Amino acid sequence: MTRQRGDVVVETRGLCMHFGGVRAVDQVDFTLFDRELRCLIGPNGAGKSTFFKCLTGQLIPTAGEVLIRGQVMTGAEPFDVASLGVGIKTQVPNVFDGLSVDENIWISARRWHDDRRARTLTAETIERLQLGEIRRMQLGRLAHGQRQWVELGMVVAAEPWLVLLDEPAAGMTHEETYRTAELIEEINKTAALIVVEHDMQFIRLISRTVTLFHEGGILMEDTMDAISADKRAREVYLGHRA
Amino acid sequence: MNNIMLRQMRPTFFYALLGLVFMFAAPQVLQLFTIINLTTAISLAVLALSLALIWGYGGILCFGQVAFFGLGAYAYTISAINFGDSTPAILMAVLVTSAFAAALGYFIFFGRVSDVYLGVITLTVTLIFFSLIRRTSGPEYKIGNALLGGFNGVSSPPINLPWNTSSFLFPEQVFYVAMAALILCYLFVGWLVNTRFGRVCVAIRENELRAELLGYDTRLYKLGIFTIGAGIAAIGGVLFCNGVGRITPDVFSLYNAALTIIWVIVGGRGTLIGPVGATFALFYLTSALGGQSVLNNNLVLGVILIVFVLLVPKGVAPTVVDWVNARRQKAPTRAKRRKSARTERME
Repeated sequence: MTRQRGDVVVETRGLCMHFGGVRAVDQVDFTLFDRELRCLIGPNGAGKSTFFKCLTGQLIPTAGEVLIRGQVMTGAEPFDVASLGVGIKTQVPNVFDGLSVDENIWISARRWHDDRRARTLTAETIERLQLGEIRRMQLGRLAHGQRQWVELGMVVAAEPWLVLLDEPAAGMTHEETYRTAELIEEINKTAALIVVEHDMQFIRLISRTVTLFHEGGILMEDTMDAISADKRAREVYLGHRA
Repeated sequence: MNNIMLRQMRPTFFYALLGLVFMFAAPQVLQLFTIINLTTAISLAVLALSLALIWGYGGILCFGQVAFFGLGAYAYTISAINFGDSTPAILMAVLVTSAFAAALGYFIFFGRVSDVYLGVITLTVTLIFFSLIRRTSGPEYKIGNALLGGFNGVSSPPINLPWNTSSFLFPEQVFYVAMAALILCYLFVGWLVNTRFGRVCVAIRENELRAELLGYDTRLYKLGIFTIGAGIAAIGGVLFCNGVGRITPDVFSLYNAALTIIWVIVGGRGTLIGPVGATFALFYLTSALGGQSVLNNNLVLGVILIVFVLLVPKGVAPTVVDWVNARRQKAPTRAKRRKSARTERME
């Protein structure tokens, strides 16, 4: 299948995720185009992460549909979503703690390629993310920022066409955050991205269009500047900071 | 097999070679009684190896590995009695056991049963076998020509040569077969854990969600390693009933189920030689303890388990490896040389 700029890659229709009486995500219609870079923001409990988990198959939505490249993925398992060529990074770093940096990234590349190619890709990814010094270290021994970084490496090594990142800059130093933003720009050259984030400075670094979540629904969708200028948006999220 | 894999398997080859030397040297120096006893220990080592694979590498805490061991032994015995030939009976034992494990594993893994519940289910299955087969003492419980025999069990026909059903192996010859089987199983498992399949299984053990998010269907991998582990346990069962000469439902007892777990804990998860070595060591310890009446056998095993869980939680083999690595790092020149060798290797 050839991809064109402007194709819809992710679409949700009337997506709902209810936990008992709590409507964590309620009637969300969302569209992402190919090669787009979209940030999801919103206050705590706005439903961003729940929405993210519905997209990645970690939660089965109560109602509504998730379509990825036109394919209905509602209620699919996480590996079904990933098998479409989607790279996913969760909020809490999910890495293989007992394995080395090398092996972590190799396992990711090996999903798609034979051993030789996977090794090359691993070496390339390690160079690209400057992980050479710690490549032999076990993940369990690394600092939080480094673990986040390795997880990003695993996403990159799979050469995805769609990347879903939940708070990639959480707990990173200023320097690491800056590098993450650069990496995201680079990934965006070949893939569409959805980035859930709290860090406003980080969003300003990378954002084109921002979707603002509030109380389980989408409040507005615009550029960061427009959202910062909007009165309603300031009230729900930016508050005193703006 | 590429060069890197061969290098990673070097320790495996080393221990296999050691086993080969032992296989040919032991009958020259040891008495027949000891050799027959050894055959039983070897069969248990194969059982430990199978649990080392699925628990140590697959992260699946199967509390009922003896169920597959016993099922293999029963399937062999019943088939051998009916066929009058041991070669297809061995094949049957492995097939029946693997098929049973695949069916059980299907419900466990595709039903997303995890951790503690998996242990409970596998143990329950074992105990069901235990009470079920104990009750089969009447003449009406027979499969083909084979009477199941209830708690007395069935006597197992000895292994015969593949091309000659009338030439049975003597106990000292069964020892060679058992040792060769152990070495082959050990080499196979050592190879398996270094393949893509094996390494993905280890990744699943480390973090199942991450493996899924990379696009691996973790249920299939877990089912695969579980079924292979059961097949290996069945080979152990075949050797066991040949060593002992009969198979009884006691094989399915809680004591044996727990013992298998103890071997792997003492030997160390994440290694293969550890649990195999621990099986031999504990087998001879319990035999030695059987000759005296001061200390209760189970008491000693219980104390060993507690001591290991508290003081050597990783088990013997991983602790030794850590200790050797720590010593190596203290000697800076050697460490440096090793590091440069490593970087070369990756190029």
